Amino acid sequence: MQTPQISMLLDGQRLHFHHGPIDLIVDATGPGRDLGLRRAADRFDSVLSELASELHALRRPVEDCHPLRGKVASAMQRAAAAHQPGFVTPMAAVAGAVADEILHQICAAGDIRRAYVNNGGDIALHLTSTETFAAAIATGPAPRITLTFDSPVRGIATSGWRGRSHSLGIADSVTVLATTAAQADVAATLIANAVDLPGHPAIRRARACDLAPDSDLGARLVTVDVDALSPEDVASALDAGARYAARCLSRGHIIAAYLRLGETYRVIGAPEHLTQPEKDRLHA
Amino acid sequence: MDRNRTKPADKIRCDACPVMCYIADGKIGACDRYANRGGRIIRCDPLTVLDRRIEQGGEIRPFLKADWDGDLVAGDDLFVTAVGSGTTYPDYKPAPFIVSREIDGVDFVTVVTEAIFSYCGVKVKIDTDRHLGREGAVVRAKGEPVGLMITSEYGSQMMSLGGVDHLTGGSKPEGRVTCDTLLRLCNREPVELSVDGGASAILQAGQAPVVDGHREERMRVGCGSATIGMFAVQWQGLVDEVVVVDDHITGVVSEHQAGKVLGWPDTGIRIKGRRSTPGRYFQVADPGLGWGGTDVQDPLTILGDWNPKKGARPGLTLLMVSTTGEQYGYYVLDDDLVPQPAPLPEALCPSVDLIAENCEPALCTVMFMGGAGGSLRSGVTKNPVKLTRSVQALETRVTVGGAPAYVWPGGGITLMADVTQMPDNAFGYVPTPAIVAPLEFTVSRADFRALGGHDGSVRTVDDVLEHGGEYGSATRAVAKDRG
Repeated sequence: MQTPQISMLLDGQRLHFHHGPIDLIVDATGPGRDLGLRRAADRFDSVLSELASELHALRRPVEDCHPLRGKVASAMQRAAAAHQPGFVTPMAAVAGAVADEILHQICAAGDIRRAYVNNGGDIALHLTSTETFAAAIATGPAPRITLTFDSPVRGIATSGWRGRSHSLGIADSVTVLATTAAQADVAATLIANAVDLPGHPAIRRARACDLAPDSDLGARLVTVDVDALSPEDVASALDAGARYAARCLSRGHIIAAYLRLGETYRVIGAPEHLTQPEKDRLHA
Repeated sequence: MDRNRTKPADKIRCDACPVMCYIADGKIGACDRYANRGGRIIRCDPLTVLDRRIEQGGEIRPFLKADWDGDLVAGDDLFVTAVGSGTTYPDYKPAPFIVSREIDGVDFVTVVTEAIFSYCGVKVKIDTDRHLGREGAVVRAKGEPVGLMITSEYGSQMMSLGGVDHLTGGSKPEGRVTCDTLLRLCNREPVELSVDGGASAILQAGQAPVVDGHREERMRVGCGSATIGMFAVQWQGLVDEVVVVDDHITGVVSEHQAGKVLGWPDTGIRIKGRRSTPGRYFQVADPGLGWGGTDVQDPLTILGDWNPKKGARPGLTLLMVSTTGEQYGYYVLDDDLVPQPAPLPEALCPSVDLIAENCEPALCTVMFMGGAGGSLRSGVTKNPVKLTRSVQALETRVTVGGAPAYVWPGGGITLMADVTQMPDNAFGYVPTPAIVAPLEFTVSRADFRALGGHDGSVRTVDDVLEHGGEYGSATRAVAKDRG
């Protein structure tokens, strides 16, 4: 079995944490950087095996879960439970919860000015007084996200049917800002699920278990392809997602959400964090 | 984890990481990196070994160590390619495999990696005279722009597809469709493309192009003028006039230099279009999908009135033929000097067949082109520019999936390689989107050390075959120098 691997990226600044399906890009600045990164690396050693030991429960609907042992697993369970009633499993929060935990270890060392853990686009971040964090949504007519110390946002997550996890909806992307990455992760997943046109002939779906036998989505139908949609259909799907996002906002689960389908988007909450992009392109 | 949990017998457990997925045959694990193939856990694309001794054109077969006779490590017959080697993007550690082998007593090092190309595309050469679209026209797949028509070559239409502006510079669907199109073309799958203001075509590397539903069988023997030059002697004495219809240069034997040297008499024929030199005409019609790449369906439409003062007479015979011999017509002037269709005389059949026989099969050729710049080089050496210089000085040989790569002069390592010379499914992609291509650098051990290579990571071919790499030990063998 492969052990966790941690390597420095070419810039000599960021680290890459890799273990099984987990890939994290990690950065920290401030006098506590070395100690914080060392703590994070130590913690990373056991994160995946802890999750794996409770994997069966983590893949069950959250209402069926008995209290979980692991710290990350418990955080996933809490983040998912906030969205009951409705189908959700703790796995909807896994990427965000891992990012939160590694970030927590970095910051626990003290003297960290700014840090982030990027878990495949789900990001946990730490900011002190003068630091800011800028993020750009890479495609489409997207705003730029700028976060300051004053903002309560410490987690960013993105979900969509073309992403790595299967989605029940048709959103190209839903980006959520929340107080933790775990909260952002589960909300992005569920808002993306809600951007949907049930029964629409342009949407092809397949049973999740046929695509990925161990999927926490079981026999639920996930999106595998979306043909061209009329502007009315796009608006209708986005409206459904926006309604769910507004409910998340009013319950305090999220701070803002950005929903995109094709070239059309909706913004829910906190416009002060979203600025129109400069005219630059992201090249790989 | 509950170790007693039972699963159906057709699933096996991957132990690459603590998730320990149960994976059914043909499925991949949660990480998208490991799969169950035929009851064994493998890295999704097995490391590919090219064995020159496997019969050419032989099927890919699973590599079994028992199949080898033991002396495979010596010599140049066996070459570890980068297909399935895994990648270390963004290359903060040595490439997945750095392999040493001996060629003629010299210790050579081959560095293999699956390189992620953000800057890449394909140049497609399509052997057809049929007009696909004007130069500069946008080429689309599934409605998304993926490239453009570029300068035509002799007997071929050319496309340039992909590139960073389509992959990551446009909309998300544009990037996704572009990546998919490149991937399919590079893996020698058919792709349907349409040209703005032009035709639609189904293209596949190593296969004949299909233009607007018509499968192109032959690549023209030459332009209309060249065809006259090649075959004038064959027609002499059998027919009074021959016109070879071609969108580029339509040839007329009685006026052409090749006819003149044979003493071919004038016929009073008049061709619409712009005369270049005697017997050679540009622009006899518009470009299209008809005769010789023109829009002509009835070849008589390119002819003007026949001039009796210059030799036109009732009973004069005329052969009109396209540059591939695919279309032809035989005519006889009536009393009003109007050509009337007539059956092709037996005696002329061989000359038309000869044109067809001299044509080569029409093919699509796909050349992968990409820039192996940036961080990729640091998988080979601690000092990346030294690798660039070594490649440019021809000390380091570059191959793509074992296929020789032409490296452009000038800065960087910008290369082109023929996808038909690579193993099947040599290419992959990442969601960036960008293309993942196998890339091998081969250099003598001494030069490898001199350019600061990761010498400590060098392993023998034996060792790689025996133990595999970090990403599993599955290997497959395919014929080298495939046809």
